[in-house]
Amino acid sequence: MHEELASIGKSIVINGELSGSEDLTIEGRVDGKIELRDHVLTVGSNGRIKAQVSAKAIVVLGQVTGNLNATEKVDIKESGSVEGDIVAPRVAIADGSHFRGSIDMQKKDQPADKAVGTFTKPEAKTPKPETKPEPAPVNGEFIRV
Amino acid sequence: MNTDQKSGGLSGLVSRLSRQHPRSDDEPGRVAVEPRTVAAESAETLYASKTLQRFLSLLFSRPAAEVVDLGPVIGSNITFLGERVGCKIHVEDLYADIDRHVKQDKVDQLPEFLSGRFSLPDGSADAVLGWDIFDYLPPMAATALAGELMRILRPGGVFLAFFGARASDNPRYTKYLIEDEMHLRYRFYPSACTRRWVLQNRDINIMFAGLEICETVLLKSGVREILFRKRILS
Repeated sequence: MHEELASIGKSIVINGELSGSEDLTIEGRVDGKIELRDHVLTVGSNGRIKAQVSAKAIVVLGQVTGNLNATEKVDIKESGSVEGDIVAPRVAIADGSHFRGSIDMQKKDQPADKAVGTFTKPEAKTPKPETKPEPAPVNGEFIRV
Repeated sequence: MNTDQKSGGLSGLVSRLSRQHPRSDDEPGRVAVEPRTVAAESAETLYASKTLQRFLSLLFSRPAAEVVDLGPVIGSNITFLGERVGCKIHVEDLYADIDRHVKQDKVDQLPEFLSGRFSLPDGSADAVLGWDIFDYLPPMAATALAGELMRILRPGGVFLAFFGARASDNPRYTKYLIEDEMHLRYRFYPSACTRRWVLQNRDINIMFAGLEICETVLLKSGVREILFRKRILS
């Protein structure tokens, strides 16, 4: 059975609080607050949002001013623009998109000192003393001064 | 010894820089200018960076560190710093601010703008990625930014910056993509202004008098990669 996706059209302007329990695409303008727990919010290329947004996943192709909070992922596409703070465990930002603000990818249920993932501490990877001659780098060799 | 007094202080630095490094388009011949190469525009080159490695190792020792990136947003850097190193990243893109001031012919307002640019509280940042922003800032603006960076850095916090060796008439900025903990990929993009301000080591020392230098690496290109750390008050 075909399930229709909820969407807010280009000419629609909403001032206030918007919440729901299904995926939503916004092509119009929303000022206020958006809450879609467990669902995906897509801000279409014509969408203009000035709001605090909470959702499972947020995809931005239009313009957003406000903080984004996603339990899974925030995805800013090439045409997307975000000014605000992002809190999400995964964030993808395409080259050419615009972003200004802060990004916090810490998993809140994880202690901070365990949240560093798979990163290998550089010092442990290169135990040799710094005074030794450097190996030939890929490009732009350096000289210690 | 008070370096600031000996060298005439920040005001002396500003006036000396203004004398020594005029706009290349005002007084041609007084500034060494890199030839513009069309091929270089599209080239992406991988560079080894010792200072990045050290920067990351210092950052790694601070769980949930707060990093301020003065450059434009780069998705792969966000992934690297956010997911692998576990930082909170503040993307500021001062290059866009410089461009806006240049286009609106308001470069003289940059010092005042930069003095109030950061909303971060004093001593709240664990690290700042400055890239080559100082090559594009007139002396007064550079001094204002340096003051702000020293304000927002916590004691023991680190600051990574690159300082060019020569001016250039090529209107482009560089995006620094973190390839891994030892390598950066340079990607160029158009800008409204050129790399015209060359800071000498002495000028850098005066400008960042509140910081100590952890590591300096001189690339063959003449670029100095410098890693600073804010002094911890005893």
